[in-house]
Amino acid sequence: MKLHDVGELAVRNLRESILRNSLTTVGISVGVASLVAMLSLGIGLQQLAARRLQKSGLFDTVIVSSRRDLRNFRREQEENGPAPAESPSLDETARLKIEHLPKVVEAYPDIRFVTELRYDEKPHLTIVAGLPFSARNNDAFDGMQGNFFSSETAPEVILQKSFAEELLGKRPQPGADEINVAELAKPLLGKDLVMRFAERTATPPDAKNAMPDHASPPSSSYSVISREQSLKIIGVCDLDPDSMRGQARARVFIPLHLAQNLHVMQPSDLRDTAELPGGNSTYTTVQVRVKNPKDVPTVEDAIKKMGFNTFSIVDATKSLRQFFAVLDLFLGIFGSLALAVASIGIINTLVMAILERRREIGIMKAIGASDQDVKGLFFAEAGAMGIFGGVLGVALGWTIGRVINLGTNIYLRRQHFPPEQIWSVPWWLVGGAVVFSIVVSLLSGLYPASRAARLDPVQALRYE
Amino acid sequence: MSAEPPNTSIALQSENVCRHYAMGEVLIRAVDGISLQVRAGEFIALLGTSGSGKSSLLNLIAGLDRATSGRVIVYGNDLAKLSREDLAKYRLRTVGMVFQSFNLIPSMTLLENVELPLRFAEVEREKRYSMARQALDRVGLGPRLRHRPTELSGGEQQRAALARALINQPQLLLADEPTGNLDSRTGTEIMDFIRQFNESFGMTVVMVTHERALAERYARRMIFLADGKLVNELENSASPPLTTRGMA
Repeated sequence: MKLHDVGELAVRNLRESILRNSLTTVGISVGVASLVAMLSLGIGLQQLAARRLQKSGLFDTVIVSSRRDLRNFRREQEENGPAPAESPSLDETARLKIEHLPKVVEAYPDIRFVTELRYDEKPHLTIVAGLPFSARNNDAFDGMQGNFFSSETAPEVILQKSFAEELLGKRPQPGADEINVAELAKPLLGKDLVMRFAERTATPPDAKNAMPDHASPPSSSYSVISREQSLKIIGVCDLDPDSMRGQARARVFIPLHLAQNLHVMQPSDLRDTAELPGGNSTYTTVQVRVKNPKDVPTVEDAIKKMGFNTFSIVDATKSLRQFFAVLDLFLGIFGSLALAVASIGIINTLVMAILERRREIGIMKAIGASDQDVKGLFFAEAGAMGIFGGVLGVALGWTIGRVINLGTNIYLRRQHFPPEQIWSVPWWLVGGAVVFSIVVSLLSGLYPASRAARLDPVQALRYE
Repeated sequence: MSAEPPNTSIALQSENVCRHYAMGEVLIRAVDGISLQVRAGEFIALLGTSGSGKSSLLNLIAGLDRATSGRVIVYGNDLAKLSREDLAKYRLRTVGMVFQSFNLIPSMTLLENVELPLRFAEVEREKRYSMARQALDRVGLGPRLRHRPTELSGGEQQRAALARALINQPQLLLADEPTGNLDSRTGTEIMDFIRQFNESFGMTVVMVTHERALAERYARRMIFLADGKLVNELENSASPPLTTRGMA
């Protein structure tokens, strides 16, 4: 029999006992739906976790420091590579070179300094750090009150929650509820802070001439002038955007370019003066953002070859992926259980159909149907139920996932969390589920089909 | 005897054919050593009481069942030597069958029933349709193509079954009590159709019946069976001579 004839007859046979076959098909679709719902949640959670980790900036960042800076992050590495005195200095040229390495998104200097900020006539001492514009995607700013910097040089400031508490003189009471960021932000947003800092300025030429017997070249001499800069508070963030820095983490953030333009005196400046006659201004550290956490080791190696020290947190996404692979496997197995039950339903339905259509099979054989024709017919019926069940199941599973996602988001909103996508149905899952459903149905059809094909026509025709 | 080349004028030949099967402890000899020859274009009747083995013999000739021993040779095909696949092809191409209980598929229309063998023969849809129409026209069911078997009288159903049996232009028509479920008027109508096909197409007909009168009226030769054995064979003089057939 031709394939389209087999299909046509199979569909018409399915229509003949529509109720039973629909119920069997619904059984398959419930199985497929549970599989799709389980896996889509597993995939969704994995993507959510990966997204979170990526946004945290913990795993895609390499911190580069000069070997000349003896306060390295990993002292044991100093034994390898060039001696500190022979290694290159971490200046603008080096930064550009790093930024042009493959798989590097950006490399920006780390500017941080301890300084005094005046608010409401009271001085507060803290660490201020320059924040690159790209950091606005960092999930530390997800629950932020107010806005991110309006431009890369705007005289604006974002405060970390604990500093905001300090400014307002509020200390979290032990045992009491945490102070809401929104409450902290309300009196602060739009207000001005005055930052006092030490500016490094090049020594004017006449000053240099006043010291004619000084051996140093002009560029290595500079003056330090005390300055003030007024900054507008535009945001208060709940989380810590600088968590990678440990003890040195800043609580006040200003735009990076603004920080650079202010020429704040850096701890490394003094050393430069001593070590680098004629050298340029150098950076203490440079932060390198990498495209993908798994590129970190390659980028780190490349930077090390340039003669710098690097520091990064070991990529946790790999173990995360491993965890989710196991989770997906278990979810898939549980999801497939329903499909296994459904496949027994198919076998049952088709075996029943053989009993019911015994005579019909006998007639078909008597008028010339081969074993293959009969087998093909039952096989096609199983396959057709698999296709219908699979498509219906994917739609059902998609809906279930959506509803769970919706419910979760309503819950999250009630708890004052931003909505999340915890559910994802990629195309491979849609296709895979339908194919899986067809394969399971066909496997279930194997036994009934071969049983129908083996039916003795004489017996079948005698059967009333 | 077995080395003899197939005689073209012999349509069907059985040699000491047996069909035994066990029913519990008892061995049933449904067909027990029957040898017979049927010439091409002949119309024969197998007569006997129920349990005489006439239907079992017909099933062996139809290729629906396999002989326990002996041989059945139809148009040169030794049925015992055919694979299951080839036996299905044999049933499809060489044999047409009608049954006492019509055996139309109730869920299909007449047209679908009649074109079913053509589906197995992988005939294209358009050709299938016109052939089935033609076959139903020939038995006077042209206006009832879209009806289901249950909407028809017994005579009409048997005519449809006849149309189905003949759709693949078989050389051998096997009829198992074709009038058993019909009144005598419609029974005659069916028998007239069978005779017409036998005469106009030269189709060999083997009919199983227990009605001697019917056999005498239509068959050229009558073969009497009892307990699985051939007990008597009679040429029928009342039936028109074979030589005039196949000419119309």
